Amino acid sequence: MSEEWIQVCKKSDLVKNSGVCALVNDKQVALFCLPTGAANDAELKVVATSNWDPIGKANVLYRGLLGSKQLADSENDAMYFVASPLYKQRYCLETGRCIDSDEVAIDIHQVKLENDSLFVKLAG
Amino acid sequence: MAQVKVVVVGNGMVGHHFVEQLRQKSENAMITVLSAEPRLAYDRVHLSEFFSGKTAEQLALTTEENYQRLNVDFHVNARVVKIDSEKKSVETQSGQVFEYDKLVLATGSYPFVPPIPGNNQEHCLVYRTIEDLEAIQASADCSKVGVVVGGGLLGLEAANALKQAGLKTHVVEFAPQLMGVQVDTRGGELLKAKIEELGVTVHTQKATQVIEAMETVKDSDSDCRYRMCFADGTHLDTDMILFSAGIRPSDNLAREFDIEIGERGGIVVNNQCQTSVQDIYAIGECALWNKFIFGLVAPGYTMARVVADNIMGGNEDFLGADMSTKLKLMGVDVGSIGDAHGRTAGALSYTYENQPKGIYKKIVVDANQQKLLGAVLVGDNGEYDTLLQYALNGIDLPESPESLILPSSSDAPLLGADSLPAEATICSCHNVSKGDIVNLIDQGTCELAEIKGCTKASTGCGGCTALLKNVVDTELEKRGVEVNKDLCEHFAYSRQDLFNLIKVQKIKSFDELLANHGKGAGCEICKPAVGSILASVWNEFVLKPEHVALQDTNDTYLANMQKDGTYSVVPRIAGGEITPEKLIVLGEVAKKYKLYTKVTGGQRIDLFGARVDQLPLIWEELLAAGFETGHAYAKSLRTVKSCVGSTWCRFGVQDSVGQAIDLENRYKGLRAPHKLKMAVSGCTRECAEAQSKDIGVIATENGWNLYVCGNGGMKPRHADLFATDLDTETLLKYIDRILMFYVRTADRLQRTSVWMDNMEGGLEYLQQVVIEDSLGLAEELENQMQHIVDSYQCEWKTAISTPTSKARFRQFVNSDKSDVNIMFIEERDQIRPATEAEKTKVMTSQSENDLLLEPQV
Ligand code: SRM
Ligand SMILES: Cc1cc2nc3c(=O)[nH]c(=O)nc-3n(C[C@H](O)[C@H](O)[C@H](O)COP(=O)(O)OP(=O)(O)OC[C@H]3O[C@@H](n4cnc5c(N)ncnc54)[C@H](O)[C@@H]3O)c2cc1C
Ligand code: SF4
Ligand code: FES
Repeated sequence: MSEEWIQVCKKSDLVKNSGVCALVNDKQVALFCLPTGAANDAELKVVATSNWDPIGKANVLYRGLLGSKQLADSENDAMYFVASPLYKQRYCLETGRCIDSDEVAIDIHQVKLENDSLFVKLAG
Repeated sequence: MAQVKVVVVGNGMVGHHFVEQLRQKSENAMITVLSAEPRLAYDRVHLSEFFSGKTAEQLALTTEENYQRLNVDFHVNARVVKIDSEKKSVETQSGQVFEYDKLVLATGSYPFVPPIPGNNQEHCLVYRTIEDLEAIQASADCSKVGVVVGGGLLGLEAANALKQAGLKTHVVEFAPQLMGVQVDTRGGELLKAKIEELGVTVHTQKATQVIEAMETVKDSDSDCRYRMCFADGTHLDTDMILFSAGIRPSDNLAREFDIEIGERGGIVVNNQCQTSVQDIYAIGECALWNKFIFGLVAPGYTMARVVADNIMGGNEDFLGADMSTKLKLMGVDVGSIGDAHGRTAGALSYTYENQPKGIYKKIVVDANQQKLLGAVLVGDNGEYDTLLQYALNGIDLPESPESLILPSSSDAPLLGADSLPAEATICSCHNVSKGDIVNLIDQGTCELAEIKGCTKASTGCGGCTALLKNVVDTELEKRGVEVNKDLCEHFAYSRQDLFNLIKVQKIKSFDELLANHGKGAGCEICKPAVGSILASVWNEFVLKPEHVALQDTNDTYLANMQKDGTYSVVPRIAGGEITPEKLIVLGEVAKKYKLYTKVTGGQRIDLFGARVDQLPLIWEELLAAGFETGHAYAKSLRTVKSCVGSTWCRFGVQDSVGQAIDLENRYKGLRAPHKLKMAVSGCTRECAEAQSKDIGVIATENGWNLYVCGNGGMKPRHADLFATDLDTETLLKYIDRILMFYVRTADRLQRTSVWMDNMEGGLEYLQQVVIEDSLGLAEELENQMQHIVDSYQCEWKTAISTPTSKARFRQFVNSDKSDVNIMFIEERDQIRPATEAEKTKVMTSQSENDLLLEPQV
């Protein structure tokens, strides 16, 4: 549907290790800034998801806590997740799958940083 | 068996235990309880706590409602005066007749008053029932000097009560030593010295010949009520006398109605606790088994179980009981195990004595030095549990038995819970064996508090608390349930460990802690926990960039998130006191932002329905009017509830509002493992419900009583009385220490109530740490608290004046629009969140203006 990259905000609008929310074509998009291990800002890893909590039924995901979970089959790989601030269900930030329930999932949108600007390409 | 009619005479501790046991075994048995006392069973073992503030209700072992629920027919003030074993009925003083199939006599015992002329005067009292204690209290209130006759276990407990009541206290003992039953001569001497050090005068080898009223004494200038004259010609003046010279079984009924009685009293019973008359049983302190009366509650409980079992067709036997005791008398540890006096043929003993420290220990072993027969401990009960298990379970002694009592001998073999056999009794009051505990754990009960709840272990005399915890921990570890105290996958440390690391290594941020001691990126469990510890130790602004990502959403936005993503705002109203001007400001702000307004259960006012972007605007106005944050969102002090107190209330004895405000201002902002609540009441009527709070303070004529570790909520817990009649300075000192000790040692999200229930040594241990400073930590704890107090800041004030923090309070980084999903409906003249159904209706019908209120200023 929406095939184009939309410029959303500045890099400085993001909050490290935490989330903010943007309105993109009337859709609420949560923007999370994950730790990269590097001290350098240039290496920010940003993930964009839908902001709707499908269980709590409110637009609050960007206010959730970020965390990592060691994957069972791998020594080093970890899955990053956001925990909903309402009832604490965790959503994988790579796939959108809910770790605590098979019934629900959230959208994952593509993001890129160009110079100081952040772009989002809305999913489906 | 058809419905068996069981009548129980006496509702003391043992009679009550019998009722519970029988009901557990049979839902059908018709149970009738006849009690001579005006109330149902209460905890006689802890009777003395009446003097430190426990009420009759708190000592109660059951309630009328509970008996009704158990379908037990009960009658108080119903002394049985007649047994008709032919017709199988009993009759009470008031003439009521009850028929029985089985009759159980649980009439207990009464205090022996030596036949001394003058022993029946007004202020000559005994120590057995709640009514006795009320009389003692009344007498003590108008006395200066008190004497306890009898230097046994109960006598010394009574002496302690008189001492606490502020009387000059004496103990008069006929024998050459104190506690002759439990300890040997040398132990008795040491005990005497220690007790005299505490200000109680002990007179041994004194036979009282007469008690004279002072009016009748010639040429006396004493202002006491009575004079006790002794056989050796000396005398002692006193205002009141408490007899505690032993107990005698209440066996009158049996005596009068032809049931066999022992030579020196007591109702003779066999191994099934049957008396000489068919279908009549006797249990507890009235029963004489094998020429022996057991003056302790645990053997009585065993008898109760045996009889309940027999009545229901079983064939359990009573085969005697262990009389070992461990207690603290006026703060002095005393322990006595088995053959304390070494009376077994060929017995040998080892003793250790440390005069400067006032410690005496003796063990008695058999001739081959293979088994432990008995022990005496005075001044230090540290080895009691281990020694008791050696004695009870016939465990082989180590090569040098003396290593069991020698201090810090490195090869003292510690008897781990592991080495105990499954039959080993852990709690003798409630007959809980190690096997019972292991079974529960196998069935998945892994919390100490739960195990206590299921088995009642350690809820009797409390003597087994440490051993119980030891067994539970060892068993859990063995099962690899490993008492895994790791906080989460990112930190292989318990919360306590992390606290110490952060404090000792002066770690100031989560990233630093993670880099040095953790792995991964953290999660929703460790981040808030570490955030809380950092705040407890360093107390920096919680929304500083390095801390902000750690906070739970409520802390991040300094408000409580509601179901629709809006927030509630709770400004601090310290002690519940608020001026009309401020009340008006709250009203005006609520009106302006259209917030739902409600008075909370914590004596303050909650404003609901604020959008995230409205929070800073609302707080700007509140701050300008002099409000500050109420921390309703944080794991920290919430409110200090107050009653109106002496300023207005005709009963108040202290200014409870002033005290509540001071406490709230002192401890506000302290981040803790969980939320903290306090309350202050102006008198014992307790209108502020302080006994349901983490910290409860109740005014007395002389100062403040401090209660700790209460809880409302899901599993209510009455707070424990911690200390009495404190002045304000000491009160604060104790609270500082208690709270900081809690902050240091509790688990994540553990309220003080659960912390206390899981603490080895319980209340007594906490009192030692806080009052006696047994860990040498007091000063450090106080300093740490002072640091928190000194570095307090109102988080909302800082947030609003810090641009990066303030910038976070918006829904969208790229738009000023608001969240269209937030919709309100009007109800009872205020807003409430629209339901999903209401929202859909509005979306589809287009007539939104009729229904919906725009969420805007
Ligand atoms: C607002 C209030 C209800 C009210 O309208 O009266 C309230 C509201 C909440 N309580 Fe409460 N409790 C409120 C007084 C109480 C009281 C009464 C009291 O404090 O005297 C209790 C029992 C006393 C106690 O805590 O021991 C109480 C026991 C709980 C518990 C159970 C705690 C426990 O140990 O069992 C929870 C759950 C928890 O904390 O895990 C809880 C949790 C909550 C939460 C956080 C539930 C949630 O996740 O949303 C609510 C916060 C909503 C908000 O926006 O403030 N609330 N809650 C009260 C706020 C008082 C205040 O001024 O701060
Ligand atoms: C201050 C104190 C401290 C103690 N400390 C300890 C301790 O630390 N550890 C320990 O193990 N033990 C302790 N004990 C002893 C313990 O309390 C008793 O062993 C226990 O209470 C005995 O229970 P019981 O039911 O046999 O007798 P009781 O509790 O005396 O109950 C007997 C009941 O029967 C009633 N009764 C008597 N005659 C009649 C009648 N004809 N009709 C109807 N009712 C009748 C009595 O009024 C009484 O209520 C202590 C006792 C006291 C007083
Ligand atoms: S607790 Fe006492 S002082 Fe406070 S209001 Fe109640 S009766 Fe009055
Ligand atoms: S031994 Fe008395 S409570 Fe366990």
